[in-house]
This record gives sequence, structure tokens and C-alpha cells, in this order.
Amino acid sequence: MTIKTEPVTINLGPQHPSTHGVFRLRVTFDGEVVLDVEPVFGYLHRGSEKLAESRTYVQIVTLTDRMDYIASMSNNLAYVRAVEKLAGIDVPERAQYIRVISAELQRIASHMMATGFLLNDLGAFATPLMYCFRERERILDLFEMLCGARITLSYMRPGGLLQDAPPDFWPALDRVVKDLPASIDELEQLITGNEIVLTRTRNVGTLTAEQAIDNSVSGPMLRAAGVQWDLRKADPYEVYDRLEFDVPIGADGDNFDRYVVRIQEMRESVRIIEQCVRQMPEGGPVRSPAPFFIRAPEGDAYSAVEGPKGELGFYIVSDGGIAPYRCKVRAPSFINLTPLREMLVGGKMGDLITTFGSVDIVLGEVDR
Amino acid sequence: MSYEIHAAGILDFGSIYAFIDSLLPEGLDWLAFTVGGFVLSFIVINALVMSTAVYTWFERRTLGRFQNRLGPNRWGPFGVLQPIADLVKLITKEDTTPDDADRWVMTLAPVVLLVPTLLVVAVVPFGQDSFLGRLNIGILFVLGVTSVNTIAIFMAGWGSANKYAMLGAMRGVAMLVSYEVPMALGVVGVVLLSGSLALFDIVEAQPIPFLLVQPLGFLIFVAAASAEMSRTPFDQIEAESELGSGYNTEYSGIKFALLFLAEFMAPLINSMIIVVLFLGGTRGFSPVPGQIWFILKTFAVVFALLWVRATWPRLRVDQIMGFAWKGLFALSLVNIFAIAIEVVIFQDETGAITAGQMWIMAAINWAITIAAVVVTARTLGQRKLERRRASPSPLANMYAEAD
Repeated sequence: MTIKTEPVTINLGPQHPSTHGVFRLRVTFDGEVVLDVEPVFGYLHRGSEKLAESRTYVQIVTLTDRMDYIASMSNNLAYVRAVEKLAGIDVPERAQYIRVISAELQRIASHMMATGFLLNDLGAFATPLMYCFRERERILDLFEMLCGARITLSYMRPGGLLQDAPPDFWPALDRVVKDLPASIDELEQLITGNEIVLTRTRNVGTLTAEQAIDNSVSGPMLRAAGVQWDLRKADPYEVYDRLEFDVPIGADGDNFDRYVVRIQEMRESVRIIEQCVRQMPEGGPVRSPAPFFIRAPEGDAYSAVEGPKGELGFYIVSDGGIAPYRCKVRAPSFINLTPLREMLVGGKMGDLITTFGSVDIVLGEVDR
Repeated sequence: MSYEIHAAGILDFGSIYAFIDSLLPEGLDWLAFTVGGFVLSFIVINALVMSTAVYTWFERRTLGRFQNRLGPNRWGPFGVLQPIADLVKLITKEDTTPDDADRWVMTLAPVVLLVPTLLVVAVVPFGQDSFLGRLNIGILFVLGVTSVNTIAIFMAGWGSANKYAMLGAMRGVAMLVSYEVPMALGVVGVVLLSGSLALFDIVEAQPIPFLLVQPLGFLIFVAAASAEMSRTPFDQIEAESELGSGYNTEYSGIKFALLFLAEFMAPLINSMIIVVLFLGGTRGFSPVPGQIWFILKTFAVVFALLWVRATWPRLRVDQIMGFAWKGLFALSLVNIFAIAIEVVIFQDETGAITAGQMWIMAAINWAITIAAVVVTARTLGQRKLERRRASPSPLANMYAEAD
């Protein structure tokens, strides 16, 4: 006798604890096995790209804060670099160093969030998450010293920065940078060797190098698949060509490798910040004299940075006015979701949540 | 100073019977027992519900400390009145039932879950004379009654007509039924050693705690018990990051409060059973009365379970089933085999085993336990720490060639 069974379709989201926002997945299950996945986007769509067309170039900085709200510093950087490229604005050296320092701090904060929420998705009841948040809080405190805000920073301007870092920022930065390696070690002691974490993440949600490149995946997901591709090395911007750092890669491209790559990237970021503080010129301007109403010459420019989640690019078309004619964002978390079906189908319900968490998306950026 | 069972000091159940009997005229013993039974049940159930309230506070505060935060600290000193605030909130909330729900099944499920949990307390010896029923098959009663919660969880999942609840309930049934087996087999070692199924006899048969004599049985029972109450790493029934809230997704108001109560009572009850079976129950050192020892030991076990909960992620549902049948089942058979042989060797003509012999058994069993756990970890653990060396993919040299 055979028992008649039928697949069940479940709406995972938009209100679900593990969708990292308002993402919605229509999943078809056969018991616990995933048969099909259909992502549904757009619950957080605010039309940022369209809004940008009616704002001046400086005002758009605030829009970029609200895309990847976990890593607004990187968004600021990617955007102002595109405007600088379009309008041909130079950036003072000191500003470039502070930009790199804040972008790397932001990378650490973002990877902390990614790691913490991955563990939360694994079912570790918020303990690793809180430890990750503790480190992130310290970095946010530093940002507060820089610009007064913690999440929506708007610290960068076309041509430099809002303002120079206050004098007490540097000792505070030293303290954070000195403590971070120990905190990352502590996190690794809790997570990396844990039998349950290994059982849950090894060989789950595997993405090969070919698949990753075919889907134009970037960032830690691509590097976990074994592709040593990092825009900071491949197309060095700001002062990255003067800094020494490694690009960590993974072997299998599974969830565990993504976690390990993020952990190693945090360590590399600490190295980068230490070098920046050493190399940085004492004093000097942090903002080149650029007008408030920037009138970029007619034309277009694309500029990308290696954001915490992958290649974050802004493509700006100008018609010579004070606002861009078109502003297109290459959002890494949106594009990293492309191979979702390849990673999820055939897996189990629990793996679906973990794999989805290991992609590390931010809905503000996916929907924009 | 000796490790012994103390005569009841605080709540002597026998004397309560005697007191009620003395108030009634001669020949009405049956009435005395009825009234006494009601009074005692009332006391015990209320004490249990109150201690569950204390336990929720304890759990939230402790988790807070584990997680580098404060936990509830507003209402009352150190937030001890937080459970009352929670209760008021839950009672005043609207009690909703989905349109498609099977009303009767959904309404009865919390009761069906709570009652067996409370029934277990009937046989737990809180002191030499402090238990409700002197049942000589106590441990069988405990195992039988606790397995009813499988039905309750399925009722809750099925009745609320929600796909998440249904998934949680299906996982729950599969998991709870599987873990009944290692749980029962883990108890067999204790029964063999003490020669009795009654919980008070098991306490009396522990001149040294059975935790020391048969650590393997303790590990198996604790693992199975934490699966039975679906705590991390086995919390598949709720799995809040996967299923929203699992079987209780559609519950609200007082029905949710009852589920919540049963769920938080389960760790307490299971800890009591663990204390009775493996930690010597009410045994302790004078002059502290036995009940105090019992409470202290219970909260020590509760804390250990909480520690695990605060630290570990959850296993996937198929891995949990694999662990039950491949790991715990095999280990419990090893445990029973070892204990049975030792009992045959060491017992005298009357079947008694002295404390000295138990120490010898303890030494043997610790060796067996360490060997068995290492072998299991090697075979099931797949040596996951050995990772392939990462080498850059040939596709990665795009920028190197561009230079």
C-alpha cells in the first residue's frame, strides 16, 4: 500500500523571523524537502533610484544610507566615488584614509551582523548574536564620534568627508582595533569548532565557482566558492593599493565557508585599519572645494567598491543639471540572491533558512 | 555529616493526613483521605505553578546574563514580578481562533499538554513522606504519562489549521516518539541498580548518586529528556527561526498561557525526575532538610540545561532522528549491558549492593562511558574539523592577467 502524499506550498514571509526583513519566499515542500522556491521581492521598495533623479548630488547621499542600512558607510563611499568620477572631483589624501578606515569598520560591523544572524538562524538562541552586537555597538560608537549618527551616517560628501574626525576619535579607534582580534577569537571559540554548527553548515547550500560566476555573485559568497576576486585588489580605489592585506577564500563554497571567509575578512579589515592609522598624513583638508550644487558634465559614470556584501556599484547618468538624469544601483545582496534556487532545491527546511541567512541580504538594498 | 535521606522537615504529607483525620469523627478515614488528597493536590499544583513562574523569571534573567544583557528588571526587585505582568498580559489578550481551526481539538490541546505534566508530580518524592502517591511503579507512570504530550502537540498543530503549526507538530511527533526509546532505556540502568520501579526506593538505593555510578545512563537520559521537552539543540517543535513559532503559532491569550505554562513546567519536572533518578533525590547533608536539597539540586540541573540552551544551535530534524537511533539507542544498550553484568557480579544473595561496590562500579562505568562517547563521537562526528585546503579557482585569475 502506498500512502498518497502531496506537496505543500508555504509562504515564508514577508512576516517571518528569519527572512531578514520583509522578504517573501513561496516554498513548495515535500514533507521537509524543498521542491521549489520562488522569491517575491518589493515589500520594501521605496523608489530610491527614482527619488535620486529629483535630488541634488549631495542630497542623494542620504538616500544611499537607507539602502543597505547595515553598511551605510560603504554605500556612501560607492555613491560619492561615482559622483567624483562623473564630475572629476579630487579627494584629499587624509579624506581617502578616513574613508578607508570607516569603510573597513563598516565591513566588520556588517560581517558581525551576518555571523550573528546566521547563528540565530541555526537556532542558537541569540547568544552569539548578542556577542556580535556588542562589537558592532563599539563600531557604531566610533561612527557617532565621526558624524553624530549611528545607522544612517551620511558621512561622506562628493569631494571628501562631512568633517574631520575629532581628536578623541583616534584613541577610541585604537582601543577598538586592539580589542577586536580577541573578540573575534572569542566568537570563533564559541562557533567554529562546534559540532552542531559543523553538522548544520558543512556541505549545505553549496555553490561552485562556476555557478557563482554564472550568477554574477560577488563578495564573501563568491570568495567562499574559491574565486579570489576582490575589487580592493582587482581595481584598487582610494588608498587600497598602498595597503597590505590578503583575500581569504573558501574551499567548498558551502555555508560554513561563507562564515569562515567573513571571519577572516574581519581580521584582514583590522589589519587594514592599523596600516591606515600608521600611514595617514597628520592634518590637512578632508574636503576639496566642491560646490554644493554640483553640475556634472553630460555623460555617465560607473564606479564600484567592494562592499561587505559584494560589488556595490553606482551608475550615474548626467544631463548637465544639478540632479542626475538616472541613478542605477548594482545592489550586491539583490544579485547574490540569483542562485537561490540552485542552492535551496533538494535541501531540507532547516537548511533553507541557514542558506538564506548565509547569503547575508539586507532588504533595504534588495528592494531599494 | 552523612549523605542520607532526611525526615521531612517542612511539608510532611503524613502529618497533614493525621491532622485532617483528627478533626473528623472516628470511622471517617475515607473522608480524611479524600479531603487530604484534595488539599495536598491543591498545595502541590499551586506550588508547582508558582515555581514555574519563578523559573520563567530565573530563565530569563540567566539567559540575559549569558547573552550580555540584563533581562527583565523593572517590575519588582530584580524583576521577580515579571511573570505576574506576563500573566496579566496573556489573560487580557484576545483569545482568537482561526476560522478553519478545529475548535474542540485546538481548545483541548493546552489542557492535554498541561495535565500530564502536572500528573508526573504525583509520584515525585519531595521528602521521605512528601509525595502524593506512593506508587510502586513510579518510573513507568512517569514515562507513560509524559508520552501523552506527543498527542497534545499533534492536537495543537492539527487543530490550528496552520501549515507552520502542522510542520512543527509533525516534527514533534516524529521526534518525541523516537526519544521515548532512549529515555526509557536510559532508566533501565537505574532500575537494574536499585532493583525497584518506585521512585522512593530508587532514592533509598543511592548511597552515592547514580550520576557517579552510571554517567552514561545520565547523559542518555538528559539528552533524551531535553529532546522530550524540545529544548535546544532539539527544539524542532517550535524552531522559531524556521517555523515562526511551530505548533503554537495560532495560539493567543489564555490558551497560549497554558501552553507556555506547560512548556516552562517541563524543564522543572524533568529536572526533578533527573534529580530523583541520578542525583539522590532528597538525600543531602544535615542539618539542611531534604526538601531544600531537592530544590537546590533541581535548580542546579535546570541551570545546566539552560546553559546548553543558551549556547548551542539546533540540529536539523533528520540529524536529530539519526542521533536518537544511531547514537543514543546504541549507547543505552551498551549502558544496560554493562550495568547488568556488574549487578550480577556484585550483588549478594539478597540482591543488595554496598556503597563500596558501587564505587568500584563507578570506576568501571566511567571508563566505559569515556570510551563509548569517544567512539560515538568518532563515528557520528565524521571528523568535520578537517577541511580541504582552499586553493584559488583558475577562474579567479582575471585580474592577475589584466595587469
